[in-house]
Amino acid sequence: MCLGIPGEVIEILPDQPDLAMVEVSGVKRAINIGLLTDDPPIPGDWILIHVGFALSKIDEQEAKAAMDFLIGIGQAYDDEIAALLESRIDERQ
Amino acid sequence: MRFVDEYRDAEKARALAAKIAALCEPGRHYKFMEVCGGHTHTIYKHGLEDYLPESVSLVHGPGCPVCVLPMGRVDDAIALAEQPDVIMTSFGDMMRVPGGRGSFFDSSAAGTDIRMVYSPLDALKVARQNPDKHVIFMAIGMETTTPSTAMTVLRAAAEGIENFSIFCNHVMIVPAIKAILDSPDLRLDGFIGPGHVSTVIGCRPYEYIPAEYGKPIVTAGFEPLDILQSVYMLLQQLAEGRCEVENQYSRVVPWDGNTVALRAVSEVMELRPYFEWRGLGFISHSALQVREKYAAFDAERHFALPGVRVADPKACQCGEVLKGVLKPWECKVFGTACTPEMPIGTCMVSSEGACAAYYNFGRFSRQRIREVSIESSRA
Repeated sequence: MCLGIPGEVIEILPDQPDLAMVEVSGVKRAINIGLLTDDPPIPGDWILIHVGFALSKIDEQEAKAAMDFLIGIGQAYDDEIAALLESRIDERQ
Repeated sequence: MRFVDEYRDAEKARALAAKIAALCEPGRHYKFMEVCGGHTHTIYKHGLEDYLPESVSLVHGPGCPVCVLPMGRVDDAIALAEQPDVIMTSFGDMMRVPGGRGSFFDSSAAGTDIRMVYSPLDALKVARQNPDKHVIFMAIGMETTTPSTAMTVLRAAAEGIENFSIFCNHVMIVPAIKAILDSPDLRLDGFIGPGHVSTVIGCRPYEYIPAEYGKPIVTAGFEPLDILQSVYMLLQQLAEGRCEVENQYSRVVPWDGNTVALRAVSEVMELRPYFEWRGLGFISHSALQVREKYAAFDAERHFALPGVRVADPKACQCGEVLKGVLKPWECKVFGTACTPEMPIGTCMVSSEGACAAYYNFGRFSRQRIREVSIESSRA
């Protein structure tokens, strides 16, 4: 739960408050972007995701560095990604 | 991946190590605390202590929220899960944390409905799907996680969901650092400040550390070179007679933090007068509780809790490890009675716990590492 996972914003979901479709590790998931309302992300932006919420915008290079750090962590990262892939905060699903 | 390589470059690390060594005053020993469990992980994974001169040592702090949760709160959470028609939801990290009466996994095996979730929003979804049950979210974490819980409560309130509450165990790292500074056990020369916590709170909350305690602090990123750079920045401050908050991780951490997140937390939660931390005891104003305005979402107001204080097992020295007084391998049960498979203490449970990090990367004392390398060079 302490891990920040980088993802790329694919689409802002217009009919759902604060949700964006984000690609993480090759898989698309709905992520809450309500904590970034001061500087909302747009498609193509990279964000750091923490327990289903985007915590900050990052650049692509930082996203790659963060991903490399996570892959190096091993099991804890695998568990976190598995949990994220189970997550369905998008209410339509 | 050019950037990543740049941050991993062993040559750069050695060059930085040489600059670090050059800054050390002969005869002086420096002790810096890395507060965050993520940093502890990087330090042991990459063997960063081996890059540092003998006169610089890194000690780990209490920045692992699972590790600092006292056993009594785990028992309280299990008591909540045992209430009729309750579904308890929790991050996976919490499931194996032992309380006085076992863990969430033990309780679940005995018949309670405890479900792992990735996000508090998943817990809210469980509540929507189970209108005839009361769904509790086991809210743990430091400043990084707290805004997500607060936003979820605000969402539940906006939707008028009545069968959802949180068991709030959110703690704050800043008062814990203060408790360590006030403790007579440890003499520290400075701090490597947490990375992701600082994306939320920014750097200002650390200003009391140089102002009141005369110790420098540098917030740091998670790459090996980030950590070495932070050690260099700390030593540079000491050498130049400066004492400030510096931000090594400015590519992610804004000086003022995330104001939207801070507003959400302050709307939903308020300071507790005091809270128990495993190993550190009771620390005043170090944790959060749900405000009266959102009482409907507070599990502590819905249900009576045992609220019993449970002492840690005698053999367990997590307290000393969390304060940085002992290195994990100095604990009596490290790697013998206490392993990640059968943990006695919380520091061995969480992947960010110092003991688990040590154990997983097979690191013991510097002396032992030297012995191993001599043995292998002879072989």
